[in-house]
This record gives sequence, C-alpha cells and structure tokens, in this order.
Amino acid sequence: MSFGIMRATLAKDLRLEWRSKDAINAMLFFALLVVVIFSFSFDPTAEESRRIAGGLIWVAFLFAAIVALNQTWARELRNQVLDAYRVSPAPANSLFLAKALGNFIFVTVLEALMTPLFIVFYNLRALGPAYQLFIVAALGTWALVVNGTFFAAMSLRTRSREIMLPLLLFPITIPALLAMVEATSSILTGEYSARFWIVLLVAYDVVFTMASLFLFELVLQAE
Amino acid sequence: MKRVFPILAILTAVLLTYGLYGALIAAPTEKTMGDVQRIFYYHVPSAWTAFTFFFLNLVASVVYLLRRNPKADALALAAAEVGVVFCTVVLVTGPIWARPVWGIWWTWDLRLTLTLVLWLIYVSYLVLRRFSSSGQTPVLAAVLAIFGALDVPLVYFSIWFFRTQHPQPVIGGGGSIDPRMLHVLLINWAAFSCFAILVCWSRYHLEVLSREVEETQALESLLESGSPR
Repeated sequence: MSFGIMRATLAKDLRLEWRSKDAINAMLFFALLVVVIFSFSFDPTAEESRRIAGGLIWVAFLFAAIVALNQTWARELRNQVLDAYRVSPAPANSLFLAKALGNFIFVTVLEALMTPLFIVFYNLRALGPAYQLFIVAALGTWALVVNGTFFAAMSLRTRSREIMLPLLLFPITIPALLAMVEATSSILTGEYSARFWIVLLVAYDVVFTMASLFLFELVLQAE
Repeated sequence: MKRVFPILAILTAVLLTYGLYGALIAAPTEKTMGDVQRIFYYHVPSAWTAFTFFFLNLVASVVYLLRRNPKADALALAAAEVGVVFCTVVLVTGPIWARPVWGIWWTWDLRLTLTLVLWLIYVSYLVLRRFSSSGQTPVLAAVLAIFGALDVPLVYFSIWFFRTQHPQPVIGGGGSIDPRMLHVLLINWAAFSCFAILVCWSRYHLEVLSREVEETQALESLLESGSPR
C-alpha cells in the first residue's frame, strides 16, 4: 500500500472528472429520470411513501452508480493507461483504493444533490433519529462502490462489459442493499431501531474491503 | 479410475430406481399433507447435493488460485454447473410443495431466500465464465467464487434479522420423522449424490478434453502459418 500513489491517482481522477463532468452529469440525469418515473409509477400517501422511500432511493442510487462504475476502468483503456498501470511497480491495492474513493466521492455528490429532490417529491420527514441517515448513507455508498469498483475491473475483460457489471454486482450486493433499505425505512418511520442494519453494513464493508484489497492484484494481472 | 466410472454408473442407476420405488410406494403417506409430501424425497436430497457442489466449487477455486492447476479450474466449472442444476430443482420443487401445504408459492423465508441468492450468485458465476475470453476466465471466476462465499454469511444474517422482525407463516420444520421416511430420504440422498458425482465427473472430463483439443488446434494452426508453403 502506498499513499503517495493513491493520492496521485485519486487527484488525477478527480481532475479528469472536474474537467469533463462525464460521469456526474450522466449519473445525475439518470437518477433524475428514475425519480420522476418512480413518482409516476407510485402515487403514495405521506405515510406510505415513508415506508417505500428507502427502497426507491437506494434502487435509484444503485442504478445511477452503475453509470459511474462502468466508466472507472473503461476510461483507462484509452491510450493503454491500464497496461501502464500493470507494468508499473505501483501496488495494485493502492490503485484500487484510489478508484474506489473516487467513485465514493462521485456517488456521494450525486446523493447530496438527489436527496433534496426525493424529499420534495415524496414529502419525506424522518420520524426516527435523522443523523443516522448520514451513517447509513456513508456505509451504504461504500458498500456499493467497493464491490462495484472491483467487479468493474473484472467485467473489463469480458465481452459486452457494460451489461456484465450489474450481473455480477447485484447478486453479491443483496445483503447490503437489504440493510440500506431496511435501515433507511426504519429511520424514516421511526418504528424500529436501525442498529442491527448499521452493524451489518459495517461488517459487509469490512469483509469486502479486505477481500478486494487482497484479491485485486490477481484481477489486475489476470491475463 | 476408468473402471470406477461404469461401476458408479450402475450403482447410481440401482440407487435411483430403489429411491424412486421408496419415495412413491414404500414410504408411508404423511398424515396431514398426504401424497404431496413425497416431493420431499427429491427436494431435500437435491438441496444437500447442490450445497455440497457449491462448496466443492469454492474449494476447487481456492486450490486453483493457490496452485494454478487448470484441472482444478475444470473441476470448479463442472461443480458450479451441477450445483446450479440441482439448486434449480430445489427452487422448482419447493413451490410445488408449498402451494398446497402453506397455501402460497413462495415466502421470503430464511432458507428459501438463502437458496435463491446462492442460485443467483452461481448463475452470475456461469455468466461470467461464458462472457469472458478464455485466458483470464479461470482467475476471474475463482475470485468471484470467493466473493460469493464471503457473501453467504452476510445474506444469512440479513435475512435472519429481516424475517424475525416481520412475522411469517410458521414453517413445518423440526419435529420427529418416521424411520421409514428417513430411510427413503437417505437412500435418495445417496442416489442423488452418486448421480451428481457421475454428471460432474463426465462434465469435468469433457472440459479437460475440449481444452486439450483447443490447445492442439491452436498449436496446429500456429505451425501451419509458420511453415513455408
């Protein structure tokens, strides 16, 4: 693990994104479309919307995050940047961590911009402790992003990689998604405590962060 | 080893026939559920077989990553395919039984959901193998198998809590089982395991052979293009 390389890669990715704004624009518009389509499909009362909002929010973010995740490594294929990474002595896991952090920042920005829209469209107001929503959002986003970055690198070597990423990511993400949705719903309705789900998310994050850091070298060098 | 294969095939045929007789005729009819309960002799052994083969896939994947032995990879592929087939049998026979007994086709119960998620993970494993080009497939697939295995306890705990929070129709589990029923169940389990080993073995052999053919063909075309006309 090398923090210098990590910082350099992260800074490069952020600068690239800042100049092109490809990923964030595509994600934002995609999430906006999902929100609008959802609010046409479901026309809930305030009480009902509180119960289903957790699911809607996270499914919208999951779909939107796929857009950013697909670009993560595909961007490096141009000009053979990925091959340069492979032959460079930079440790693979610092590269991975930089990419995952970059995606975490993109998806967090997306969430920060989209959440107000959700609140407006669905008349949301948390009946439980609202500060826990921030914890759930941070842990949940990391859960999506850490596996997503890993599987995006895996699907890079496949035919029709854009479709491959969700096929790999969704089955593995089921427990994390369940935890995010249930935690959000229990905070919004204030009926249950969200503690178990937060603990589960922490466990999920720890397990898959470790696994990704250990196994990323294999995936990067697979040839 | 060549000799063992026909012996195993005959043993499988005998066990399957005896198992079918036991399940349909010899085993006593269950008191409350009636004849529908007999699907149990196929459902449960299939589930045990499927889980065994998923575990075999994990072991073969780890061995592949450590030793880079292509045979371990062929075994991982064969085990995953057989596991998915038996898991599909479980997921199909389950609702057929549940509809008359519980009155519903499906419930998000712990075991049902866990089986479904496992099935999804292994289908995505097979899709990955199908879609990636040959050279890197073994490593990527083995890594995915490890990720899937890590996911299982997390799925287990999440569904366990999810279901304890929301009450569910009570599932007929536990309790005592008639020894004759247990006998038939175990016979069927042995039969299904032998059958699965048989299929997995042939599939493994086929995979090894087809890889050899591919390599030979690649070598031949290389030699041909290299030789002067």
